[in-house]
Amino acid sequence: MRRALRWFMACWLMAVCVVAATSTAALAADLRPLVQALGTGGYAGTEKALAQLSEAGDPAAVPVIEALQAGDLYVRKADGAVVVARKAGADFALTDPLSGADLGPAASGAVDKVKVNNALRRAISASLGALTLMSPDAAVRRSAADAVFKSRDASALDTLNAALAKETDSGVRRAMEQARAAVILTAGASDPDTQAAVATLAGRGDRDALALLTMVAASGASDAAKSAAAAAVASVEQKLAFWAALQNLWYGLSLGSVLLLAAIGLAVTFGVMGVINMAHGEMVMIGAYTTFLVQELFRAHAPGLFDLSILVALPAAFLVAGGVGIAIERSVIRWLYGRPLETLLATWGLSLALQQAVRSIFGPSNREVGAPSWMSGAFELGGLTITYGRLWIVIFAFAVFATLLVALKRTWFGLSIRAVTQNRPMANAMGIRTARVDALTFGLGSGIAGLAGVALSQIDNVSPNLGQGYIIDSFMVVVFGGVGNLWGTLVGALTLGTLNKFLEPYAGAVLGKILVLIFIILFIQRRPRGLFALKGRAVEA
Amino acid sequence: MSAEDTLLYLDGVSVSFDGFRALNNLSLVMMPGEMRAIIGPNGAGKTTMMDVITGKTRPDHGTILFEGATDLTRLREASIANLGIGRKFQRPTVFEPHTVWDNLELALKAPRRPLKTLTYAIGRDDKARIEEILEITRLSPKRDRLAGSLSHGEKQWLEIGMLLAQEPKLLLVDEPVAGMTDAETEQTAELLCGIAGKHSVIVVEHDMSFVRALGVKVTVLAEGSVLAEGSLDAVSANSQVIDTYLGR
Amino acid sequence: MLTRFFLMGLDRKAGVVLTILALLAVLVPVMTLLVPADSPFHMSVFTVSLLGKYLCFALLALALDLVWGYVGILSLGHAAFFALGGYAMGMYLMRQIGPRGVYGNPVLPDFMVFLNWTELPWYWLGFDQFWFAALMVLAVPGALAFAFGWFAFRSRVTGVYLSIITQALTFALLLAFFRNDMGFGGNNGLTDFKEILGADIQAPGTRVGLFVATVVALALSYMIASGIIASKLGKVLVAVRDTEGRVRFLGYDTESYKLFAWTLSACMAGVAGALYVPQVGIINPSEFAPASSIEAVIWVAVGGRGTLAGAILGAVLVNFGKSYFTGALPELWLFALGGLFVAVTLFLPKGLLGLGAQLAAKLPGNRAGNKSVPGGKTADQKGM
Repeated sequence: MRRALRWFMACWLMAVCVVAATSTAALAADLRPLVQALGTGGYAGTEKALAQLSEAGDPAAVPVIEALQAGDLYVRKADGAVVVARKAGADFALTDPLSGADLGPAASGAVDKVKVNNALRRAISASLGALTLMSPDAAVRRSAADAVFKSRDASALDTLNAALAKETDSGVRRAMEQARAAVILTAGASDPDTQAAVATLAGRGDRDALALLTMVAASGASDAAKSAAAAAVASVEQKLAFWAALQNLWYGLSLGSVLLLAAIGLAVTFGVMGVINMAHGEMVMIGAYTTFLVQELFRAHAPGLFDLSILVALPAAFLVAGGVGIAIERSVIRWLYGRPLETLLATWGLSLALQQAVRSIFGPSNREVGAPSWMSGAFELGGLTITYGRLWIVIFAFAVFATLLVALKRTWFGLSIRAVTQNRPMANAMGIRTARVDALTFGLGSGIAGLAGVALSQIDNVSPNLGQGYIIDSFMVVVFGGVGNLWGTLVGALTLGTLNKFLEPYAGAVLGKILVLIFIILFIQRRPRGLFALKGRAVEA
Repeated sequence: MSAEDTLLYLDGVSVSFDGFRALNNLSLVMMPGEMRAIIGPNGAGKTTMMDVITGKTRPDHGTILFEGATDLTRLREASIANLGIGRKFQRPTVFEPHTVWDNLELALKAPRRPLKTLTYAIGRDDKARIEEILEITRLSPKRDRLAGSLSHGEKQWLEIGMLLAQEPKLLLVDEPVAGMTDAETEQTAELLCGIAGKHSVIVVEHDMSFVRALGVKVTVLAEGSVLAEGSLDAVSANSQVIDTYLGR
Repeated sequence: MLTRFFLMGLDRKAGVVLTILALLAVLVPVMTLLVPADSPFHMSVFTVSLLGKYLCFALLALALDLVWGYVGILSLGHAAFFALGGYAMGMYLMRQIGPRGVYGNPVLPDFMVFLNWTELPWYWLGFDQFWFAALMVLAVPGALAFAFGWFAFRSRVTGVYLSIITQALTFALLLAFFRNDMGFGGNNGLTDFKEILGADIQAPGTRVGLFVATVVALALSYMIASGIIASKLGKVLVAVRDTEGRVRFLGYDTESYKLFAWTLSACMAGVAGALYVPQVGIINPSEFAPASSIEAVIWVAVGGRGTLAGAILGAVLVNFGKSYFTGALPELWLFALGGLFVAVTLFLPKGLLGLGAQLAAKLPGNRAGNKSVPGGKTADQKGM
């Protein structure tokens, strides 16, 4: 930072001298002598000529400077003419830098490269920035304005003023004004100008603006300007804090939806059936490994359709995990109904065996699960950065939640589940096959865990221990939200996710998690039945 | 009547569960040594009334005073029991893995702190008291049987015996003769009448012949409040009571 | 008074257990130290430490059985108390290393020097004294259990909910002890011990001494536990286990009874951990893993819940099996352990010690209708 500042100051001083010496002459002059000057006098000569070229403010100079930037600008030894040379076989093909006219081939020994050092490179991009401000293309002008904002090159100020006078596009205009303000603040200016620039930058309100404003507030400007800058710093900081909070909220929502996915299945088996399934995490793991297998099939047989692999993996994971769940219910859990602590132990045993089974089949190391193209990348929304993968998981989690809610409330199967949980003998008497409903309900919960596995395979390591990382969190979500209440699970997951992410910046990830755990422990002790407790005589028994 | 002379004083007690009013502005007064029978249809709030007296359920509104001074709504179950309020549940609840003797020993009036029970050694008086209760409840021959192996009626008697062992000032007895033979029912009525006088008793019962055998003041509850109060004959003639409970 | 208390719990089962422990306390030192190395009756120091480790686990199982078997609190976090006791002992052993560490700092343990710490954190003070460390072995797990139990029991958290928050407790401690800046050696824990009470920790004599100390601790704990069970307090505890609400209406403050048993159990687990650490030579955060706590539960279940002796038997048998499997067929160990969980809960609900009673009940005409339905009430959850 400090070095950059020093460089800006040096650049500015030099530019002032150059402007003083050449401004009147350069504007009228033909560009050609200036281009010619690029090839003489070593770095200093090139730099001086470059500054004059930008002062001239003629967009025709842009290709020349771009060639200089790309390292394509050469001096022909024969006559000292500055030319653009590009490799053509063993030789160079020469063109005129300004007109682009073909100047014929030249042996590689016949030309000398115009050398560029780091200082020059910065000057080049600054002057390119200044010159492209005049481009007829609005997008080019805009990025040029942004370039000036970053370089804060004082030599661009006149061009910038000229460009602003002509600018009609409001977005580009704003960018230019901000660039101008940045230049003014860096270079120093009269009090009203400084204050106007401070106001402009306050409107921009990002980290770059904050850095500049902070510099002004600490600089030797007038008190009025300094206090204006300080106020602007405060308002920008507030705005940034707002976006940071929003970003945290997004991270929290994202983590919350992961927790929700992991916990929904548990809300069915634990919340609705009252079965403690410690192998729930392993159902998630099975879903993730199913995704891996489906992707392997796609890689081997239809690599072109790889983007669809996740869509195939979803039903596959649901069926595989659901099938394993039904098998577990029929073989073990049905003998243990009404004995939750024994169920807990038996399913823990199953989870150990399932982990070891997967470890024996697939090996202990992580398996590679790829992301389809529509799930990679990110986009910006205001001050937020949102990755597509996370966005899809949030959408998916809510979709699964809504589907389950509708299925339980509106379908015959859902009605049977509720009937069996509320009054088993009566449901039996009315012809509902309770054993089958039990098995299918458990299968449903496990299948949803499998779906969670597909989503988690996108953001977590697919290893035999995948499920272990989620089981405690999932239980916390269900218990925190209130057992037997799907909405409670939703609110619980989002609350815990957000709480976690808001604690992280202050306490760090591990301590944050510990604090959340302690919070839940205290919370459960205050409200043993969770956030959305069922009240009344029924639950007190 | 002032609250100070009463043993139990309920005034304007209301409880609701999820919008359902289990008790609605219930008021009831018990004098020391009094026995009272409470009848009423299912859902009238009989069990909930016992719950609020014994501290299992907190009332939303209302006053509950014991011996005219102690506010029961602020106390936990154990403290209320130690004040001298004993309760027998509708479904007999005894400690099934313990013997009949141990059940009575646990119920026997004695210090209740953990360290006191750790060092407790049964004395001559306590032994005699348990023997006495075994006699009263006719469980002497089964003193070493596990409570879980008793018949339903025997469990009812054991629970009544435990209630006696507590020596409470007020006994709350919920359906004491459910599942008993006629002879047992008669004996239970005698037993309870014997207790009254020394202790106050509230009996909740559906069995009309049992209530008649007790021959005490009757309170009819309906929809969480008192519908009628008086002798069994008087309330039986009350047209409201006939409509809501007894039927025509 | 005290003798009466200890004698109260002495039935035939206790006689068998105490006799076996007494035999171990005599035979093992003789076989290790007196019998010459080439004799078939010689016992290696390695075996002594292995047996000592099993007995530490047995003590942990005994502590767990006291709360699970007799009060109905299924703790999925008892290994946390074990580990805390272990850490307290480990801290004493670390301070005994003195200047013999790799960095040669006379006060600071190696890992602190490595982290560039300049002075001992306050909570390490006093651990150079054995009596202080011994006090902490009881006080730290006891205080944590008391605070946790005070909140949990007063809020009437019971059954599965209680189990899950005990698991969350040990999980939180696991995460905490993994952190380097907690000052407990982070990931690596505490190790490289040199001596205990001035004796070389590797010497056969010390090993045998530690073993005998473990036997004595186990025997004492057994007598305390069985004394409590036989007392009126024990009867209250069992009554609380099955019908807590009813006990309250008899005027017993059930929360303080549970708190008493829970805290005592945590102290016993702490002692087990403290004896375990010098015998295995290391304590690290993995002891806090929820899996270790649940493994301890299965020891109790295998032997027979609510029998005390069963907990000891189960812990020794399962850990013997573990040593065998992880040596001979490491791939199969988790299958075996997982299968054990399922098999015990399905087929051996009363454990090995209850096998006889269970077989008797299976005889015709003795069938107890044990209906099981989802969401039904259970002995553990039945409140009033």
